[in-house]
Amino acid sequence: MNLLTNSFSPWMAGTGSDADIVVSSRIRLARNLKDIPFPHLMDENTANNVTKEIEKAISSRSFKQKFGKTEFFKLVSLAPIERQVLVEKHLISPDHADGHPRRAFACTEDERIALMINEEDHIRLQVLLPGLELRQAYDIANMVDDKLEEKLFYAFSEKYGYLTACPTNTGTGIRASTMLHLPGLTYTNQIPSLLNITAKLGLTVRGLYGEGTKARGDLYQVSNQITLGLTEEEIIENVISVTRQIINQERMAREVLYRENRYALEDELWRSYGILTNARMISSDEAMNLLSKVRLGVELKILPEIERSVFNELIVATAPAYLTNLAQRNLEPAERDRERAKIIREKLKIN
Amino acid sequence: MLCERCGKNPATMHITRVINGQKTEMNICTQCAQELGHTLSFNFSPQLTFQNLLKGLMGQDVLSEFGIPGNVGERKKCPVCGLTEEQFINSGFLGCSQCYETFKDRVEQALRKIHGSAEHRGKFPAKTGGKIKVLREIENLKKALNEAVSREEFEKAAELRDKIRELEASLKD
Repeated sequence: MNLLTNSFSPWMAGTGSDADIVVSSRIRLARNLKDIPFPHLMDENTANNVTKEIEKAISSRSFKQKFGKTEFFKLVSLAPIERQVLVEKHLISPDHADGHPRRAFACTEDERIALMINEEDHIRLQVLLPGLELRQAYDIANMVDDKLEEKLFYAFSEKYGYLTACPTNTGTGIRASTMLHLPGLTYTNQIPSLLNITAKLGLTVRGLYGEGTKARGDLYQVSNQITLGLTEEEIIENVISVTRQIINQERMAREVLYRENRYALEDELWRSYGILTNARMISSDEAMNLLSKVRLGVELKILPEIERSVFNELIVATAPAYLTNLAQRNLEPAERDRERAKIIREKLKIN
Repeated sequence: MLCERCGKNPATMHITRVINGQKTEMNICTQCAQELGHTLSFNFSPQLTFQNLLKGLMGQDVLSEFGIPGNVGERKKCPVCGLTEEQFINSGFLGCSQCYETFKDRVEQALRKIHGSAEHRGKFPAKTGGKIKVLREIENLKKALNEAVSREEFEKAAELRDKIRELEASLKD
């Protein structure tokens, strides 16, 4: 399956608005079928019926015409390491990779539209685009949702909106998020106050990998918490406007770093570049850390030009499960570190 | 390996200290570590899990919190999926769409605490949304009407008023 061996997905293109800081935009909609137990309470028979119904809805001719061909499979048909690759590619959640027989997955060939079936809700629809393109991502998600609804009966209440397994998602069922690269705010120690302020606005910021303020690769995710009482458009506007504020702060932090600390910064970034282009063994943590610095160096035009898509792709291409799966055999940690160093050297090669 | 300090309990901590370039290493048990002041991360199993936070929002009964059973006989159970009120309170998860009706009071309370609202204002499915669609449109037209009146655009206001009446009449049919 190409899906598992190809490290490049369209959300990594490095295009779209404010792509120097915003890696990707994601919309996720939670939907359930009427009067059928939510996944955590469903028996195998019900799970199979739900899966079949959803498969039917996405394999209709009109669905294919509109959104392209889709892949569909049950997750138990994949090896654990393959399921982990889907997690690393941001196509499924870690929970969905747990090997439970009720779980299924579908996505379009371009990986922009993905469906987790029988995760926490019957349907978790995701649209993932590069750059700050939340509105566009929602337009697509909205169309897919309409198309699915032609075939399915959703659990919906006039008062509460779309009904979900957990009350934290009830209403619109929407989670709008942006993935941001924030080395400037990290080095100027502004992340804690950022976490604090956004919490007051009903949004959360969290490290994409690892916890709280120690995000690997300086990658953070901004997303809404509230899903009820506001329209989808209002929720999306909130996330966009906070993201824009953070982008401005990040640009200022980068300027200050450069102005106040130019030589130390140049030294640090060139050293990082030197290690990545020469290392023969590198751990995942070190790679993420140095790639963040090199990316910053390229954006500040201190280092030679490297396309943004290269950095985005390396997030997945250097991840442990992806590397192991590609080798088609069990890799010792040391072997994996060698493979990782090799891929990084190849991808960073300047033409 | 046994604790190098007391020699009684199994060693669970490895402590490396570098003082003035002198490196010392120790394998000790949790108790000794506490006595030596390495208490930073000991015996703290945080209750701040998502489930526990949700439980608080569900309005967990104070009585059952202290191990005193409440009016168990009055506890509800969902007729569609069989989820009990107890299960809902303890897990924070509903069992099916019918549960929203079955446990209405608790759900409403939880939604208000989580979202600050229990009224959906967003999208609705085309199939079930016919009436809501009209109601929303009336709501929007009324807003426009107020604006038109405040700007003294009376001709436009009259037009809007007629449209609102028309839609309201269509709801009664």
